[in-house]
Amino acid sequence: MSADSKFSTGRALLAVFGAGLVFGAGLALSGMTHPEKVLDFLDLAGPWDPSLLFVLAGATGVASIAFPLILRLTTPLLAHHFDLPDATAGIDRRLAIGAVLFGLGWGVSGYCPGPAIALLAALPDSGREALIFLPSMLAGLWLSRLPARVSRRQTARHGMPNAELGTPSLDRV
Amino acid sequence: MSSFTPISALLGGLLIGTGASWLVLSFGRIAGISGIVGALPSSRGNEFAWRALFLLGLVAGAGLLYRYGAPFGVSAPISRSGFPAWELIVSGLLVGYGTALGKGCTSGHGVCGLANRSPRSLLATTLFFGTGLLTASVLRHWLEVWR
Repeated sequence: MSADSKFSTGRALLAVFGAGLVFGAGLALSGMTHPEKVLDFLDLAGPWDPSLLFVLAGATGVASIAFPLILRLTTPLLAHHFDLPDATAGIDRRLAIGAVLFGLGWGVSGYCPGPAIALLAALPDSGREALIFLPSMLAGLWLSRLPARVSRRQTARHGMPNAELGTPSLDRV
Repeated sequence: MSSFTPISALLGGLLIGTGASWLVLSFGRIAGISGIVGALPSSRGNEFAWRALFLLGLVAGAGLLYRYGAPFGVSAPISRSGFPAWELIVSGLLVGYGTALGKGCTSGHGVCGLANRSPRSLLATTLFFGTGLLTASVLRHWLEVWR
């Protein structure tokens, strides 16, 4: 990846920034960066707010149409290859336990990772929750990866040619 | 409390899907926020740069809407003063650890994974929506921990 010449032109990074910009604007417009609105959706026993379903329908709708078309290309526009999670990978216990733990946490506060990062855009009014929730989430995200990082380094030290290819499974979806 | 906002929700969703699709089209990567944040400390060089820039873009995009989005009904989130700190801490740890273990969150599994017709993502999305619904309903009503 480091020898990716198209990538190093800066155009790719600008495109990535633009993707984040549109994504973040969408999060804010959708109302999902208001955790109490998310909880009003998750809480079926209260005055239910189904807005989140519309967010999911819009986002998944666009992506469901776009992804298959995009993946007909042999490469992305500004990088040498697609680097996507394997959609056909098997289901394992870690996936199920992880999703359940995430759901528990989501239902307590109303934050999932995207809106939690977007808290940084609402400082200082979001300060209290940004100061408490964000470090906790980062601790959960990063501490859980420490063992994987150690074994990754050991793999790299033993000079396996696929060490770089082996890591992304932990890095994404 | 908050009210049903189908139009801004749908439009916001379309933007989220567009941003995620643009990331795949331009750069070939999945817009999974937990994965991008999670891999940040162990990434070097360009692998670090794209993740940092995507997240910077996300914050900037949300910030733009918070500043100029009032005509579209957008407001910036304000911290809930009565919300217990320990619940935020427990929730943060669960969200962080859970999404790391399950390799994805609402964006990676919920949006991109479903769009990619991944059975893993369908299972994960069903599970975190299910437990999220149950947790919020129980906490807010039956246990009345916080309303």
